[in-house]
Amino acid sequence: MENRINQLFKEKQNNILSVYFTAGYPKLQDTEEVIIELEKSGADLIEIGIPFSDPVADGPTIQKSSDKALKNGMSMKLLFGQLKDIRQKVKLPLVLMGYFNNVLQYGVEEFCRKANEIGIDGIILPDLPLEVYEHEYRTYFEQNNLRNIFLITPQTHDERIRKIDELSNGFIYMVSSSSTTGAKSSVTQHQEAYFKRIQEMNLKNPRLIGFGISNNTTFVNSCRYSNGAIVGSAFIKALSNEGSISQNVKKFVDFIRLPEEN
Amino acid sequence: MSYHVDQNGYYGRFGGAFIPEMMYPNVDELRNRYLEIIESEEFRKEYTDLLRDYVGRPSPLYFSNRLSQQYGAQIYLKREDLNHTGSHKINNTVGQILLAKRLGKHRIIAETGAGQHGVATATVCSREGLQCIVYMGALDVSRQAPNVEKMKMLGAEVRPVYSGNQTLKDATNEAIRDWINHPEDTHYIIGSVVGPHPYPDMVARFQAIISQEMRQQLKEKTGFELPNAVIACVGGGSNAAGAFYHFLDDKAVKLIAVEAAGKGIDTGESAATTALGKTGVLHGSKSLLMQTEDGQIIEPYSISAGLDYPGIGPMHANLYETGRAQFMSVTDEETLEAAYNLTEKEGIIPALESAHALAALEKLKFTSGEVVVVNISGRGDKDMETYLKHFHAKQ
Repeated sequence: MENRINQLFKEKQNNILSVYFTAGYPKLQDTEEVIIELEKSGADLIEIGIPFSDPVADGPTIQKSSDKALKNGMSMKLLFGQLKDIRQKVKLPLVLMGYFNNVLQYGVEEFCRKANEIGIDGIILPDLPLEVYEHEYRTYFEQNNLRNIFLITPQTHDERIRKIDELSNGFIYMVSSSSTTGAKSSVTQHQEAYFKRIQEMNLKNPRLIGFGISNNTTFVNSCRYSNGAIVGSAFIKALSNEGSISQNVKKFVDFIRLPEEN
Repeated sequence: MSYHVDQNGYYGRFGGAFIPEMMYPNVDELRNRYLEIIESEEFRKEYTDLLRDYVGRPSPLYFSNRLSQQYGAQIYLKREDLNHTGSHKINNTVGQILLAKRLGKHRIIAETGAGQHGVATATVCSREGLQCIVYMGALDVSRQAPNVEKMKMLGAEVRPVYSGNQTLKDATNEAIRDWINHPEDTHYIIGSVVGPHPYPDMVARFQAIISQEMRQQLKEKTGFELPNAVIACVGGGSNAAGAFYHFLDDKAVKLIAVEAAGKGIDTGESAATTALGKTGVLHGSKSLLMQTEDGQIIEPYSISAGLDYPGIGPMHANLYETGRAQFMSVTDEETLEAAYNLTEKEGIIPALESAHALAALEKLKFTSGEVVVVNISGRGDKDMETYLKHFHAKQ
């Protein structure tokens, strides 16, 4: 069947909302419910975070959720177990996001095979370099119908962006400003110039903007220059609120999607 | 077989640059420019002059009569403890600050464990008038108080890190995060032969002065071209990389790397990476790492904050795997004994890190006449509290 990421961008080009959360957070068994509720509430794509002990690209919020998930007992094997029947319950494209060491220990080939078997559509491994992916692992991803998602930043040179575009076949993850996740952000002039520069490159892949997207304003601004945006830390914070997962998810997706009422 | 880095940044199957895209431009710039800069005549001159006039090099190679008698070999001590700031760390920070200036960076960050690298970084920043921020695990801040005060007096900002075990690994995570958040004006002075390529090679080159001098001094003192063995402690492995560097291709020289066994390899409180680790990726390179089956990093333990790290540099991982270096480990207890032994026999109080290298002498067999060089990577001032506690407990 067609990869669900490709299908999504075929059907929808604007205002795509991708939501990241850490598997096994807030409680170990919450993973499946969070995914189901995100689909119900109107998210378009879901990034399932594999917790790592040393997440250097993440700010305090995701660091804490990863720590909590690990303390809860989350592991790669357990996560695959939790997601075993997920395709009987949700249709949205699902992406696994994590750090390379966990995948390396599981075995890259076996990880890809297992992800495909479950119905995962894409993988984001920020610390797996482009060159290593291309020469050592690309085959495993392609054989298993998995899209590898690369990051670009305001400092990424055009030539490298072209190379990333060529190697990608899902979407490109545009980091809004060079920072760890969850940094405060409003769309600055500097960023706008970067967003426009990328927009004008006419890349073959769609683009989602992430890092620092935390409310309707930042979401809408990002959508002006791309196909949509990715929310992570702000959602993790919402999950920590009092109330059921269902209520928290619904409230959060509405908060991002709908303009604030005066 | 070459034990040096290859053109792709690997030592055998270890090394590389496993970094998020946010770090790519900085690391790429370094990779493209470090050799051209540090091999230029103008750089060499400034670096060499500073090592001589500011650091106090060459550091002496001292023949220890009484250790020689004790262990039945000709034992020489390479006195890195006599360097300015009290350890070998200054060799690297002097080099990297000169490099940072040439890259136009004016904000310097560093991680530190025992505080030796932090002090060495704060020192060169003070001399150059550059802003300096040092990340240090909160546990290390409390167990290495004198170094924290020194860094502050030198004008550095010390940021305690509260994540993880609050030690060197966590300080490194936080320094990396800082660099990601400051992609343009900042240079990260990594203190060991770890991190993404070109750091392991760059730091090894700056520390290589240790073995360069060893060779020369040994020839002058003994007439021998080569020692029979060189012994150094390994946390990340920068002093060992420097002590081994100019002997790597001389197979006749036994290279002995000593890791921190902590309370014992099987106690769950250890930092002996080659004994307990397997291949993994952390802090930007592929190397040997202490980790769970699932790939989560295991918190290490050592009495010595400078060796309290769950991995070793990729160069060392390759030396271990190829058998070029012999790796062994000694416990906290053996280390304290060795520190007291050197103090009693030679009037030299070594750093806890360096005492690990000395403790290895107890476990090795020598034939008389064999020439052995032990790298005394640092002095023990910063460890007085630990030493005194041990001393009083024994009385």
